Amino acid sequence: MVYDFINFRFPIGQGFEWLVNWLVDAIPWVFDGIRAILEFLIVNLESILLFFPEVVIIVLVALLAWRLSGRETAIFVFIGLILVDSMSLWPETMKTFALILASTITALVIGIPLGILSARNNKINAAIRPILDFMQTMPAFVYLIPAVIFFGMGRVPGAIATVIFSMPPAIRLTNLGIRQVPKDIVEAARAFGATPNQLLSKVQLPLALPTIMAGVNQCIMLALSMVVIASMIGAGGLGGEVLRGITRLEIGIGFEGGLAVVLLAMILDRITQALGQKGR
Amino acid sequence: MDLKKLELEEVEKGGNSSRPLEEKDQNSEEISGNNIEIEVKNLYKIFGQQPERVFPLLEKGLDKEEIFKQTGQTIGVNNASFAVKKGEIFVIMGLSGSGKSTLIRCVNRLYEPTSGEILIEGENVLDMNEQQLRECRRHKMSMVFQQFALLPHRSVISNVEFGLEVQGVKPEERRKKALEALKMVGLEEWAESSPDNLSGGMQQRVGLARALATDPEILLMDEAFSALDPLIRKEMQDELLELQSNMHKTILFITHDLDEALKIGDHIAVMKDGKIIQIGTPEDILTNPANDYVSEFVQDVDRSKVITARTVMRKPEVVVFSKDGPRVALRKMKELGISSVFIVGDNRELKGLVTVDDIISGDNINKKSLTGILRTDIPKASPDTPLKDLFPIASETKIPIAVVDDNGIFLGIVARVNILAAMSGEEV
Repeated sequence: MVYDFINFRFPIGQGFEWLVNWLVDAIPWVFDGIRAILEFLIVNLESILLFFPEVVIIVLVALLAWRLSGRETAIFVFIGLILVDSMSLWPETMKTFALILASTITALVIGIPLGILSARNNKINAAIRPILDFMQTMPAFVYLIPAVIFFGMGRVPGAIATVIFSMPPAIRLTNLGIRQVPKDIVEAARAFGATPNQLLSKVQLPLALPTIMAGVNQCIMLALSMVVIASMIGAGGLGGEVLRGITRLEIGIGFEGGLAVVLLAMILDRITQALGQKGR
Repeated sequence: MDLKKLELEEVEKGGNSSRPLEEKDQNSEEISGNNIEIEVKNLYKIFGQQPERVFPLLEKGLDKEEIFKQTGQTIGVNNASFAVKKGEIFVIMGLSGSGKSTLIRCVNRLYEPTSGEILIEGENVLDMNEQQLRECRRHKMSMVFQQFALLPHRSVISNVEFGLEVQGVKPEERRKKALEALKMVGLEEWAESSPDNLSGGMQQRVGLARALATDPEILLMDEAFSALDPLIRKEMQDELLELQSNMHKTILFITHDLDEALKIGDHIAVMKDGKIIQIGTPEDILTNPANDYVSEFVQDVDRSKVITARTVMRKPEVVVFSKDGPRVALRKMKELGISSVFIVGDNRELKGLVTVDDIISGDNINKKSLTGILRTDIPKASPDTPLKDLFPIASETKIPIAVVDDNGIFLGIVARVNILAAMSGEEV
């Protein structure tokens, strides 16, 4: 008896399938629009990064690291990028970098305002939190499939999957940073007659900046961890190299690709962390 | 004494605003009722979702704790009423949890009061819409915070400019005004520093300068000096009093420190459990505590700094008018069995003192007038002299100290026994 009752099954999977199919039929222009924007962003970033000779980029990034963080980081960045170049992985690295940049920019453009909203409004915060949990813990492969259905193969669904996975820390840490601004400083701003927008721009955002930058940093790191997975749907770049290494059992190629991902991650991490500390 | 209590009730009822809080402070320009800057009437602040559940219980006379148990609502401020005169420092004193910080935040509506009225120059703050409230906060009142609440990412001068900046004042003009405010607190040389590099006392000076920069009529100071160490705190109190003597702002000052309250307050309201339990001058609070709570509070106070000659003086048993002559003086002394008597003029202005010995020596008894016999180098004090300044005078003389006002009018005498009685907390 009881077993029969338990045997009843909510058709969640079917429902989701139905929803995906319905969305593709109902609002194709939305997906086309998103696709066009992301495509534009990635292609242009890629062509800019690949337009300059390696040396120029290497020197520029090293100088940036010097300015933001100091000599040691600059030396590390310089050697790391030389190493990447010497493995003949430069174009792949730049492609991956373009994808990461495009995804991160998208994630931040959506995530930071959402973070601000949820810091200001407890109801929005309560509504957003489970969605964020969902985005972070749902295995990436699961939304890779609908991403392909919506956007086809290539870099765009890769970027979409990356945005979904990497956006939560930007939202969470923006929210946290604003909520952590000392209560009396917020009171002071209000007591002097600041409007909500003045409060945000003159007090909350500047004081939350280090935390927000930590969110940006996390966002980039998570984006990098999606590189290999995104390559499975044709995003290319370093992930493609790793994938090639795995599928053909060419350990060397796989390792080189992986090492380049790690180096790129470390360089981006050091630079964005330094940016966050500058905000202090 | 009864009069004081009457006045208190009057204020608590939110009574007639034209009634001055205290008759003896009444200066000539303050006779009309327009000198009230802030008036709070029957203010309640209840924290919780259902404040309406609290009122019937309050009427039944339940206390804060009991009401919290029954309804889960916390009473922040319970029926507070008081009036602050233009240009005075009004101190609200209470221990932590007494609702004093909540009360001051209701005045500029950082906390939304549950019910009541807050009149700033007759205009009810609670009726203002957001725009009006912002204007009021920008121009009429500013606030100083316990933990300074400076913006750590901005320089000192830029912090001071903040109030003007949100008003939309042009950069050059606000810099100029901010520099003036910084000068008032003596920190103009630190304008470009970061607040982090300043000591606590200096940071609070910046806080004060920020509040003064917008030139408000009202300063709300929430435990402004409580986070400072004792020496600096004393220094800041002196500085505030000095600034105040020039600028005559209306200051609402919150503190948990009785000594601070007594030192800087023109009037003090004592709060407990959200209720104001006594309002009065520092001396009222010390000498006529409204209940056991207040008297317990004030028992450790250094009375000598607060109680003044006015409070401890008594009427001399007898005075002799200078026109009366030596014989009258001698007879009066004989009647009362005393050896000296104060001599006053027609308008009770103090002329001096004669002793028995002076009259009977030589031919003085037959003189027509007392002039020439009088001693004029007698100990005197003004009614506002605190006891601590009376000690040295009393120790050097056997005769009582004469209390005379600025016009030389003889008000009373202070004998050593009066000083000692006041110090021991006896009813004076």
